[in-house]
Amino acid sequence: MDWLTEPSSPVEKFGLMFLAILLFVVVMGAILLAVDRPKRIPRWVVVLAFVGPAVIGLAWGLVRPALITIWNSLFDRRGNEFVGLDNYVTAFTTDQFQLVLRNTAIWVVVVPLLSTFIGIVYAVLVDRSRFEKFAKALVFLPMAISMVGASIIWGFVYEFRPDQPGVNQIGLLNQVLVWLGLPPQQFLIGQPWNTFFLIVVMIWIQTGFAMTILSAAIKAIPDDIVEAARLDGLKGWGMFRYITVPSVRPALVVVLTTIAMATLKIFDIVRTMTGGQFGTQVVANEFYTQAFRQNNQGLSSALAVILFILVIPIIVYNVRQMRLAEEIR
Amino acid sequence: MTSTPIPPVVPDTDLTTEAELEGPSRPRKLTRLEKRAIAAKGKLSSPWASFLAILIAILWTIPSVGLLVTSFRPELDIRRSGWWTVIPGLFNGEAEFTLDNYDQALYGSGSNLSTYFVNSFVITLPAVVIPITLALLAAYAFAWIEFRGREILFVAIFALQVVPLQVALVPLLRDYVDVGLNGTFWTVWLSHSIFALPLAIFLLHNFMKDIPRSLVEAARVDGAGHVKIFFQVLLPLLVPAIASFAIFQFLWVWNDLLVGLTFADTSSYPLTVRVAEMAGSRGGDWHILTAGAFISIIVPLVVFVALQRYFVRGLLAGSVKG
Repeated sequence: MDWLTEPSSPVEKFGLMFLAILLFVVVMGAILLAVDRPKRIPRWVVVLAFVGPAVIGLAWGLVRPALITIWNSLFDRRGNEFVGLDNYVTAFTTDQFQLVLRNTAIWVVVVPLLSTFIGIVYAVLVDRSRFEKFAKALVFLPMAISMVGASIIWGFVYEFRPDQPGVNQIGLLNQVLVWLGLPPQQFLIGQPWNTFFLIVVMIWIQTGFAMTILSAAIKAIPDDIVEAARLDGLKGWGMFRYITVPSVRPALVVVLTTIAMATLKIFDIVRTMTGGQFGTQVVANEFYTQAFRQNNQGLSSALAVILFILVIPIIVYNVRQMRLAEEIR
Repeated sequence: MTSTPIPPVVPDTDLTTEAELEGPSRPRKLTRLEKRAIAAKGKLSSPWASFLAILIAILWTIPSVGLLVTSFRPELDIRRSGWWTVIPGLFNGEAEFTLDNYDQALYGSGSNLSTYFVNSFVITLPAVVIPITLALLAAYAFAWIEFRGREILFVAIFALQVVPLQVALVPLLRDYVDVGLNGTFWTVWLSHSIFALPLAIFLLHNFMKDIPRSLVEAARVDGAGHVKIFFQVLLPLLVPAIASFAIFQFLWVWNDLLVGLTFADTSSYPLTVRVAEMAGSRGGDWHILTAGAFISIIVPLVVFVALQRYFVRGLLAGSVKG
């Protein structure tokens, strides 16, 4: 029965996949069939059948491991000796990790702000234009692309060839520099700007999300407000600044915080493009390195917990802004 | 001049319906949109605004075009010149294109992406079906069955959305190793299914709540139990909601790197892991990398373009309602 755990051919793999789905359907079907007798089955059994699998899954696969990780973060690299908050002290005071935290902070500030800004500007510009659908699709598409794929797309844009006669640049950005009469650059190696060139990739992915949400919010602005402002003589930038932006404020907050939370956990782009070298390391990738390369259980757990803690201010901001919006209304 | 900012006026429940209105089948709304289109006339006539819009559109498109064009160029050409040099060749017929890179990426011994393509597929399908089913059942209970602790449980699950996966990875991996299932598809399916649940339950609950109470009550009066109501009354109405979350989950699983990297092994790695590995080990081989990247991108891209409408609806329901 090797193929149950180690299927080797595509046929075995697909067979296993259908078997797994079948197994799942049979088990869930049996559970539901068993409770499908109104009146004869007590309500709590029905509730258990509906909610039980999900709650047990979450408790076992998310809550329990999270608690173990918090516990582990208080122990040394092998998990033998209790070290208190030493791992956190290391993470916040060592130069190496301060760089990691600083980079993460740059990511979390720059990506949401720029993606949201470009997203809303673009949404306003193409709003109700003749090519709106097509124009939006262009910016929207990167959302379907994996961060690994996006990293390769942009890695190719940044590709560097030494500046010698007879050598052509094959990366577009360096070719642009050459056209402008400037020397080509190693974009992914030169610090500190390389972090910003990585950030560009995330902005490229997230702008579509910002644009979609904000575009829907812009379309929901009541006509009479726009009309009144127009009669007051507002147009162009003034309309954008005083009507559009304040009107879609709740949506702006949602977009900013959602992107910030996604960016906090950024991992794929850094790992694929630089592997965290050349001073581009971020918390999520450092976590991976410590957990699976250095086998430092204490420190990796602490980094995971730090990721978790860093989410909290973003959520607090979100909730407070939402409350504020509701009060005004 | 109105210099004081107008308070927020976005009715957050309206957004989903607005987004759905792009189809031509709603004459009343269209006339309103047309009216506004006329009112907005002249906005884009500013040359700067048009220029900016076109600039952003080009910036967002060109990197992908470069990848696509390069993946079809012969290896030597890729090494010698930039992809944009084929543009003159397109007109005089001198541009040379080939499928060799794809052949090499899919079946070459160094990359062998066809195997990983199968893996990605095998990982994704159960990892979409299982969490959606579990979440639908849970969402039904949260929306339509009264039980003690319902509110608290729902809020707890809602809050779990913000827990980063990283905190769960190492302890889970250790358990998988202990039972000897580490690196098999089973653990990858299980992990993806669990991680998807909080968002899935929250989203589907939102949709589930919107179904008129009278429908459910009527079925109950007829003597139907919860299982019957779930399958016969709610499920058919929820097809669009299920579709929008399915696309979400599909994109998330197919594009995932972290979970695959952690729980799969060389025999079960998904495409993303293999392509990322190639980017590290064969960084200069752009002919393989561009073709490989395109192979890993094409499936989600097609799904996304075909089902964009559902995706947008899910996006709006997930992040704006709430």
